[in-house]
Amino acid sequence: MYQIDDLTKTYRQGKREVRALKNVSLTIGDGELVAVQGPTGGGKSTLLQMLGGLDRPTSGTVKLDGKDLAAMSDTQLTAARAETIGFVFQNFNLIPTLTALENVETALVPSKIARQSRTARALAALDSVGLGDRGDHLPGELSGGQQQRVAIARALVKNPKVLLADEPTGNLDEETRDEIVDLIEGLWKEQGLTIVLVTHDSVVAARTPRRLRIAKGAMKELPA
Amino acid sequence: MFFTYLRRELRNRRKQTVVVAIGLAVAIALVIVVNAVSTGVKDAQSEVLASVYGVGTDITVDQPSEGPVAAGSSPGRFDFDEGEGEANEDGTRDLSDDRLSTAMGTAPFDASALETVAGLDHVSGVAASLDLENMSFSGEMPDLAAMEESGAGDVTLRMGQDGTGDGSAGGSSFEINRFTVTGVDPDAAAVGPLTTAEVADGRTLEADDKNVAVLDATYAEQQELAVGDTITVGGKDLEIVGTVSSTTGDGVATASDAYLPLATAQTLADLADQVTDVYVQVDSAENVDAVAAAIESELPDASVSTQSDLAEGVTGSLSTASDLVGTLGTWLSAIVLAAAFGLAILFTVSGVNRRTRELGTLKAIGWSRNRVVGQVAGESVVQGLIGGAAGLALGVLAVWAVNLAGITLSGASGGLTMGGASEMMRAGPAGTVQGGGTAPDGGGGGAFGERPDAFAGAAGDAVDIVLQAPVSLWIVLAAIGLAVLGGLLAGVVGGRRAAKLRPAEALRSLA
Ligand SMILES: Nc1ncnc2c1ncn2[C@@H]1O[C@H](COP(=O)(O)OP(=O)(O)OP(=O)(O)O)[C@@H](O)[C@H]1O
Ligand SMILES: [Mg+2]
Repeated sequence: MYQIDDLTKTYRQGKREVRALKNVSLTIGDGELVAVQGPTGGGKSTLLQMLGGLDRPTSGTVKLDGKDLAAMSDTQLTAARAETIGFVFQNFNLIPTLTALENVETALVPSKIARQSRTARALAALDSVGLGDRGDHLPGELSGGQQQRVAIARALVKNPKVLLADEPTGNLDEETRDEIVDLIEGLWKEQGLTIVLVTHDSVVAARTPRRLRIAKGAMKELPA
Repeated sequence: MFFTYLRRELRNRRKQTVVVAIGLAVAIALVIVVNAVSTGVKDAQSEVLASVYGVGTDITVDQPSEGPVAAGSSPGRFDFDEGEGEANEDGTRDLSDDRLSTAMGTAPFDASALETVAGLDHVSGVAASLDLENMSFSGEMPDLAAMEESGAGDVTLRMGQDGTGDGSAGGSSFEINRFTVTGVDPDAAAVGPLTTAEVADGRTLEADDKNVAVLDATYAEQQELAVGDTITVGGKDLEIVGTVSSTTGDGVATASDAYLPLATAQTLADLADQVTDVYVQVDSAENVDAVAAAIESELPDASVSTQSDLAEGVTGSLSTASDLVGTLGTWLSAIVLAAAFGLAILFTVSGVNRRTRELGTLKAIGWSRNRVVGQVAGESVVQGLIGGAAGLALGVLAVWAVNLAGITLSGASGGLTMGGASEMMRAGPAGTVQGGGTAPDGGGGGAFGERPDAFAGAAGDAVDIVLQAPVSLWIVLAAIGLAVLGGLLAGVVGGRRAAKLRPAEALRSLA
């Protein structure tokens, strides 16, 4: 799924340069579930941005299904994000003014499908995360775990090839964390998704078949 | 989704939405009111002009003069020879005079100008009038001989604001009466001063009328004159055949106190074949300037004024209102509009800043830059539309209130009246009688001084007009356009910010 070669990302803050990723090379196969661990500031989120086409590498290539994200135009990147990549964030990042159902629908807006089938698909996605009856609730009316479920439904409603999750359980208590990890694991098994899951929770990481560790921009594979 | 999201967002930040909408509403209401009122004031100005010069008059021609010109002697100056009048026992003399002459500052010119103008291209109608002033004096003055003996000093006499005066100091007691007289051509119905007058009583002037007068209804009422009575003009008693009132409004005076057939006026004023004004109608508006230029070259001595020239000469509360609305109103609405636009931009930008993560997330999940920008701009435009609609309602309501208030503007055309009543009261020297005792040459008898210009104006010449401020379709469209513009402007600024937002902002852990 992903073929990453000699990836370097440098942030410039005035005169100071921060090398968030240093010559990272990595291959992630189709349908893999990979956990990325590491200390804070190590470069986990930066790697996820490169994988998700949210930002461009300073050098190196990030091939998704053989196509280099670094070489794509803005329009192509937007299309890739809209169709192929699903995101889940630590803070859920739901639109506070839209209901749960509408939030899920926002992910289908770029694909310009008819309103009715859009709503139907969003409802089905909400159902699959166990919130079929909460569609008309605003995010503020839902618990953290429920909000993250809505966010997962939003990420998956478009049937992406990869799911990128940045600390999806970072803001949840242990019990809810396990529920969410169960959910992600279940979806992975069911749908054959490729999932990259950033976490510094070793309990979460322990449940994944493959683990990576990034510290100071350098990446290494952890033994299974 | 676009409208759902937009509606939710605007409702969520209700306070900002309301503040921005109110700002825009006030600005737009102000634009509407200022425009409506200034249109109303302009209409009032042209009504003043119409009531003075008549409807359909595009150009007026007159001839200014340096000093007063009249047949025989100066207007407003009564010269009595020594020994004139009837001597009384108490050392005074009874004197009376009635004089018809042209008004101050205008000179009569040959009526042949009428044909000259009529012969020009694009002239569709002409009429001439002879504007006169009738002054009458009656009373007793100190006998010269008696004054010289007693050595009495200056005698002062005061004039009232209606152009009448009386005095009794130094053994004099008299009355001065003044009214304006216009000789009009009864045949020329389409152009001229009587086109804005309608018959109030009796009839108007007819083609073969002679030695009759039609009075302004307001003047007639003041003087307690009615159809069938007579009025003395230039020493001759004329039958009053009718009264006329202005079509402009109730109780509004017409341009002149009395109207005579042109020929009668010319005879009485001893100004055969002379006129003071020529009214010209031009076939279409774009030819007005060309015709005015042609008249100027044909009649080099004449002063040629177009409607727009005349509008500048309108004085009184009207011109004050016009200035006020024109400058202050325009500035005020420009400033408020700018403030409202600034407010809209500020709130939109701060809204985008507040929603950095939200908008970044939308980009991260595949919304294109244009879609995000469109969403932000759409919110601003709708906000502008709400403000525009509210402003429209507010503005129309305010204009309605202005019209309901019935504000009366008083205006006078500069050419005809100069100064108001109060100026006349202060016109001290005007009323100073050179008493016989101090007359330098002794030959003048009871001559009294030249009237200053202030006296040339009588309050009766000012026209009162109730302000009617119209709201045109154009200003409604312009107001809505301005509101949308304000929204768009804010949307563009906010949208540019949203466009620059990196989708990676979605991953920032801090809200
Ligand atoms: N936009 C940016 N501009 C400048 N420096 C940045 C930017 N984003 C990240 N960095 C820097 O790059 C380095 C890696 O950051 P990154 O967010 O990838 O770490 P992380 O592993 O996700 O940390 P955490 O566990 O706290 O989320 C850090 O030193 C960070 O300060
Ligand atoms: Mg991070």
